[in-house]
Amino acid sequence: MEILALYNYWVFAILLLIGLYAVIAKVNLVKRMIGLSIFQAAVFLLYISMDKVEGGTAPIFRSDVVGAVYSNPLPQVLILTAIVVGIATTALGLAVVVRIREEYGTVEEDKIKELDSDS
Amino acid sequence: MSVDAHLPILQIIVPMLTAPVVTLLRVPSLPWAAATAASLVAFSVALSLVGAVDTASPIIYELGGWQAPYGIVLHVDHFSALLLVIITGASSVALAFGKPSLDQQVGQERAPMFYAAWLLVVSGLCGMAATGDAFNLFVFLEISSLATYVLIAAGPDRRALMATFRYLILGTIGATFYLVGVGLIYMMTGTLNLEDMAVRIGDVADLRPILVAAGFITVGLALKAAMFPLHVWMPNAYTFAPHVATVFLAACSTKAAIYVLIRFDHVVFLPHLSEHGELTTGFLMPLAVLAFLVGSAVAVFERNLKRMLGYSSVAQIGYILLGVSLLSTTGLTGAIVHMFNHALMKSALFMAVACLAFRANSVQLPDIAGAGRAMPLTMAAFVIAGLSMVGVPLTAGFVSKWYLVLACLEYGAVGYGLAALVLIASLLALVYVWKVVETAYFKPRPAGAPELSEAPPMMLAVLWVMALANVWFGVNTDFTLGLAGNAARALSGMGP
Amino acid sequence: MSGATAIALALGIPLAGALGIAVTGRWANLRETVTLVTAVVLALVVWSLVPGVFAGARPELEITTLLDTLSIGFRVEPLGMLFGALAATLWIVNSIYSIGYMRGNDEKHQTRFYVCFAIAIFAAVGVAFAGNLLTLFAFYEVLTISTYPLVSHKGDAATIRSARVYLGILLSTSIGLLLPAMIWTYAVAGTLEFTPGGILDSLSGPAVGLLLGMYAFGIGKAALMPVHRWLPAAMVAPTPVSALLHAVAVVKAGVFTVLKVVVYVFGIDLLAGGGFSQWLVYLAGGTIVLASLIAMTRDNLKARLAYSTVSQLSYIVLGAALATASGVIGGALHIATHAAGKITLFFCAGAIYTALHKTEVSQLRGLGPVMPFTFAAFTIGAISIIGLPPFGGLWSKWYLALGALETGQLFAVTVLMLSSLLNIWYLLQIPFLAFFGRPSPDSAVSGVQEAPLACLVAIGLTSAATVALFFLADPLYELAARVPLR
Repeated sequence: MEILALYNYWVFAILLLIGLYAVIAKVNLVKRMIGLSIFQAAVFLLYISMDKVEGGTAPIFRSDVVGAVYSNPLPQVLILTAIVVGIATTALGLAVVVRIREEYGTVEEDKIKELDSDS
Repeated sequence: MSVDAHLPILQIIVPMLTAPVVTLLRVPSLPWAAATAASLVAFSVALSLVGAVDTASPIIYELGGWQAPYGIVLHVDHFSALLLVIITGASSVALAFGKPSLDQQVGQERAPMFYAAWLLVVSGLCGMAATGDAFNLFVFLEISSLATYVLIAAGPDRRALMATFRYLILGTIGATFYLVGVGLIYMMTGTLNLEDMAVRIGDVADLRPILVAAGFITVGLALKAAMFPLHVWMPNAYTFAPHVATVFLAACSTKAAIYVLIRFDHVVFLPHLSEHGELTTGFLMPLAVLAFLVGSAVAVFERNLKRMLGYSSVAQIGYILLGVSLLSTTGLTGAIVHMFNHALMKSALFMAVACLAFRANSVQLPDIAGAGRAMPLTMAAFVIAGLSMVGVPLTAGFVSKWYLVLACLEYGAVGYGLAALVLIASLLALVYVWKVVETAYFKPRPAGAPELSEAPPMMLAVLWVMALANVWFGVNTDFTLGLAGNAARALSGMGP
Repeated sequence: MSGATAIALALGIPLAGALGIAVTGRWANLRETVTLVTAVVLALVVWSLVPGVFAGARPELEITTLLDTLSIGFRVEPLGMLFGALAATLWIVNSIYSIGYMRGNDEKHQTRFYVCFAIAIFAAVGVAFAGNLLTLFAFYEVLTISTYPLVSHKGDAATIRSARVYLGILLSTSIGLLLPAMIWTYAVAGTLEFTPGGILDSLSGPAVGLLLGMYAFGIGKAALMPVHRWLPAAMVAPTPVSALLHAVAVVKAGVFTVLKVVVYVFGIDLLAGGGFSQWLVYLAGGTIVLASLIAMTRDNLKARLAYSTVSQLSYIVLGAALATASGVIGGALHIATHAAGKITLFFCAGAIYTALHKTEVSQLRGLGPVMPFTFAAFTIGAISIIGLPPFGGLWSKWYLALGALETGQLFAVTVLMLSSLLNIWYLLQIPFLAFFGRPSPDSAVSGVQEAPLACLVAIGLTSAATVALFFLADPLYELAARVPLR
């Protein structure tokens, strides 16, 4: 049961591996970008999981509530930053894919390799 | 408060805030001028920081006045000051050097964006060197990485795009691994401040997650540092990036990752994780040895000059990591000094190649035949920098090799073997440098090849400044060894 | 002039000369004048140091400190004085000869040739005056690299291949063995300064022998077998290069370094005490005999002389390996006497090539009457190398044999005797063939046809030197005897 109690960490690990698999195994560049996004999202889950405090509520401080238990706000803030970084990475990656498509006319890596070896 | 007190933050925000301004400049050459000016300002800030740490080390700068460990602090000691000098210095000389080449390869239209990205790389790398906060470090790492992808993608060859894409994928995986590691440490210690982490790890009962975190952080940073066998992105990225961007990136981008690796190892992990020392040595040492043997050997057979130098960088990173893996003060001194010296020699070599490519429109070895006669100054500078890379006395390369070999000999029986391997790899370096020299000086220019002439004066002047710097820092080691020695002693806990 | 100034000048003059030669390269006469003037001024400066060194002065010049106790600095002691004076003096003669040879053969890239030559002399002076092993190593490498363009001067594929062998062996031995040996020495002794009596007192046991081996093979320029291959390979260079550099400056820089290391790094007491250099005696002896035997089989004149040089260099290594006073003195003397003899032989080989374009020994049959002066000089040089009176070569062999007898090394004595016999065979055979052989019918040369005058003057000067070294050997001996052994 103890194993199941940590299920969100299992989800983190599984998502991390799914993402990594897609990044490595896929030939299509867009699919690899999707894999990369899953990979990053897994880490977001790790951070979100760790900030949960048993019985804690959203960390919004109100003077009229006394003795409330709050979740740790710091990882949430961190992961907000990480999400922004992730979006920037995805945007840049997709922009590069668009440029690749313009230059090569394809987004399949094996075809690109063929085109490069021809030239 | 005087300006002096704000030097650490100026280091980061001067290039960062200049970047958006640069994107707005639509007058030809103005983006370059603005970027160069910002870079030079950053360089002078770095030099003043070196002067400042000498008296009071380390400098702690609290962002927004929030105290550590609650706020983010910038932490500048001898090591980070040296790295800041490397980063801003490399950026400044590359920009001062490369205007004609960049005009040729990037063009005026894309220039504003390109120079903005360049400044963001500077800013991100400086941030990595200066920050004392693990998460803040991740953000700076990503700022520099994302901007670096832009620089590489600006290369004129379409293969630059695939090189960028591969680097982007691997770089993001590396950064994410680092983030996972930091997350695990935060779970166990509840802090992100590096110094505070070091203290609190001592109180953690179950060290296993920390050890896992160490693994994640090491692998992630090794990817960014292009450590063998995680270097696959690097030779192509260097090859297809604009020549001048390569000068800059080769000099400092991987160094920043190595710097972070060393900081984490020595500040956070080593004092409290008894297994970490053995693991670091056991993990880094074989890979470092493989790196300089395989990297040098591949470079010997490479006919594309830039890729050859790229593989040579794989080898040189191997030397640095070997010094790190010995876990001794001498080894660390050698590694840190080599970070600086390698930046000197590699930027000079890539500059010479950029000069050759500017005239020959090619970086293939056969196309530079006869360059010794047509471009004597360029080739002479290449020879000096090449000798420095081989490690000939009176050049900067000799100083770092000397320290590395000395550290190996201190290491005991295994060290003798390591020293021998270092020297064998130096011989390989000799072979690939010599291959270029021989082609340029002793092969006649093939019939029908375009005539070569000497590179523009500005490029030559900066190239020679760097070549002579290789000699200067080989003869006068006060600056480099002073900083590196202090940094190494501070890291190994012996006090400056 | 103070000692430090003289050292600085001795290093600066050839460099300034190289610059001057490069600038005046377009005007051949002016360029050659610059070369000669540089050579003469350098010799004067170097000789100005001699009286002081004789009187016991040790002029010093410290350039900079690299790390901790490592520095780039110079210190003139008797051994270095001898080598420096030799290289500087012979450069004058060789420059005269070069002018005749290069013009006579209408060689290309003459400016590059003279520039590199001046840099090589600069490096040789640096090696001679080096005050510590690191400085010596730095100049040793400069010497290797600056001579590469000279060796590959011709520029065709075969020449470049040979030049690669030359550079490959010299650089890989120095970086692969000499450098680690040096770092090891530094790790043990904490210094690399040349100190009378040596600096390796704390080293003992087989490690001494191993370190000596790393030095002996690491100093590839000493051409100890099996790292001698570069010397025959270097013979593709124009003859003036072979004459001054591969009979004097480069190879002597090698054996000079061996002597320096034995005397000032190990100290002969350390070597003699444990018998750690015994294997080196055998190896040097083996090289002497083997190289002589190979020389006998070589028909190409320069290749034969090259193997003769390999053999003669091991005399000096042998002298060092004996680790006695007589051995060291004999070795030091041999640096000078062999230089005079061998440079004469090479000058003659170059003169023959310039005048008649003959390169093989068998082609020289009956050519004595055509080039009487050259072949007479060749005979003188050969006899000096064999070690017969009244030529300088006698004295060095004398002291080497004395050193061998003192230590009771019958092996070494036998080698010396045997080698002299072999020398007679393969060196005297050449003038013998020239004077008494029947000319081959296809080489229809008649009348006297000598090389250009500049060449003859140079040949005359060096063969006179071999005689002078016999009668005026005393100052040379005195200098060599002033090498502090303890």
